Amino acid sequence: MALPAEVDLNPAPPPAEPAAPVAPEVAGRSPSRLAWARLKKDRVAVVSAAVIVLMLVIALGAPLIEWAYGIGPYDDFKARLDRFGMPLGYAGGIDGDHWFGVEPHLGRDIFIRLVYGMRTSLLIATAAATLTSVIGVLVGLAAGFLGRWVDAILGWVMDFALAMPFMVFALAVVPTVALRFYGPRDDIPPLFRGVVLVGIFAVFGWTGTARLVRGQVISLREREFIEAARAAGAGLGHMLFKQLLPNLWAPILISFSLALPSYVTAEAALSFLDVGMVEPVPDFGRMINKSINYLQSDPAYVFFPGITIFVMVLAFNLFGDALRDALDPRSSR
Amino acid sequence: MTSPLLKVEGLTKEFAVRGGPPVQAVSGVDLSVAPGEAVGLVGESGCGKTTTGRMLVRLLEPTAGSITFDGRDITHLRGRALRPLRRDIQIVFQDPYGSLNPRHTVGSIVAMPLEVNGIKPPGGTRRRVQELLELVGLNPEHYNRYPHEFSGGQRQRIGIARALALNPRLIVADEPVSALDVSVQAQVVNLLRGLQRDLGLTFVLIAHDLAVVRHFCQRVAVMYLGKVVESGDREDIYAAPRHPYTRALLSAVPELGEGGQGRIRLTGEVPAPTDPPSGCRFRTRCWKAQEICASAEPELVPRGGSRQAVACHFPEPESAHAEGEAAHGAAG
Repeated sequence: MALPAEVDLNPAPPPAEPAAPVAPEVAGRSPSRLAWARLKKDRVAVVSAAVIVLMLVIALGAPLIEWAYGIGPYDDFKARLDRFGMPLGYAGGIDGDHWFGVEPHLGRDIFIRLVYGMRTSLLIATAAATLTSVIGVLVGLAAGFLGRWVDAILGWVMDFALAMPFMVFALAVVPTVALRFYGPRDDIPPLFRGVVLVGIFAVFGWTGTARLVRGQVISLREREFIEAARAAGAGLGHMLFKQLLPNLWAPILISFSLALPSYVTAEAALSFLDVGMVEPVPDFGRMINKSINYLQSDPAYVFFPGITIFVMVLAFNLFGDALRDALDPRSSR
Repeated sequence: MTSPLLKVEGLTKEFAVRGGPPVQAVSGVDLSVAPGEAVGLVGESGCGKTTTGRMLVRLLEPTAGSITFDGRDITHLRGRALRPLRRDIQIVFQDPYGSLNPRHTVGSIVAMPLEVNGIKPPGGTRRRVQELLELVGLNPEHYNRYPHEFSGGQRQRIGIARALALNPRLIVADEPVSALDVSVQAQVVNLLRGLQRDLGLTFVLIAHDLAVVRHFCQRVAVMYLGKVVESGDREDIYAAPRHPYTRALLSAVPELGEGGQGRIRLTGEVPAPTDPPSGCRFRTRCWKAQEICASAEPELVPRGGSRQAVACHFPEPESAHAEGEAAHGAAG
């Protein structure tokens, strides 16, 4: 039978699309590329991204900076202190050799300790954010897609993790775990402390991402492209990681970029409370803790770590917000 | 008559409802599809036609009844045993927006069935996908584009190409054109017709649009409240409907309405599937209903020597059948 309608209604349907001759290279613009284009237009995003990149470069290139600066994080300059242990000169001993001054009593250079402190902070925050995101995504995928008893059990575990008081838990667990492996007088290696910190963040931090991903998966799993994959004989792994996961990158990225600064502050808070990183590893939280004793006599000491952590967290948060706007343009403010 | 490719008997699906009686979405559907045939499943919204389609492709587990495909009982196949069947029966979805993964390129969408079944076509996956795109009337150069760059009709073509990737023998098309513009509907229906003719495909077309079914299907089954009330050849059903519901349904289509009699207006609502009426399910809205309709459920059988099966105690008289034969001859 002839098919006249085909000819009548549309002389030559898709091949004669007007776009084709203009651009012979037919390449689609993926949703992520469109988001990237939006992100590049956002001024706040560009500035905060520049700050973040600068900080990453500083953290990664800390040994290079040490070499160029000529002072290491553990060098002390007792000669720069007066007989009360306070830095000589103005504003905590700022001069051409010590850009941000020196620490009271110990006489270590504050600038290079901030550079290395950024390394500690970013390393722990990145590890914690990555680990919590991975756990959260896996749990959220399983709970959302499998549903039924899997969802019920994981939901129960999630409520349990949310109900535990984080600070009390951290204050109780960190010294206990350390005592389990080391004697009370032993030096605890910084790596061990870092691993314990990341572990604690992982235990508490995955719930947010898990809930987010679970909700998204529930709204996506009834979509027909999932049914199409099932009807074609796709296994669970294909449906979770090939069909669902690509649709979840936006919320995952946003939650990751917003989790990162929260771990920066949480790590600083724990170190401030003396359950985080220990001496002699440079760390923002402990620096601020120590500087509080000198608020009156050496106010410059608290200023530098304080302002650094503030700029860092602000940049990450602004970038996270900009990322959300770029990835989900419909959510207007 | 050749043995049917797909035979469905007493197919039933109940959905559990929290704190209430289960919803019988489909209750005892009988259907038989011969190879190379296109069967239309029509009925109003909520009559269970989509649920039936999902059970045929085994996306839903039937509560009762049996599905036989190519002489094999496939009703409760699971896991590994289901895989070869997945290649033979494919589905085309209604929503051209929801049925394509927005993060995948057209190429990877169409290649997905090949990928999950571990099939390496001769000449490469890309080549095969481009052949498929060409087959459904799309530019094979669009391989690397994303679904959001296409119109509804083009997206539906992509969905059809995906369904064809595994060389299936049966395609269940669930309202494949109802989300499209009327002009595009005709193109897509013509594409499906061409595929049926060229590839010898068997179709089960689920639709509420009687004109689409008339254009595409050789046989028609009419559903009402989870049951098939009438089935038969297209010409017979359209020219001489024997079930009162079919008559009412056809009379609601302007150009298909029965000449002098005008439209049959049904009163009342479709009863809730949680509590279907006793006996004949249509009796609450039927102008012919008598006592027997409430007590005995009519069976779907050919009545009065006709090939047209009708589930009614008081079917329309046989006399109308002659007209149907005439129409059949003219169309053939």
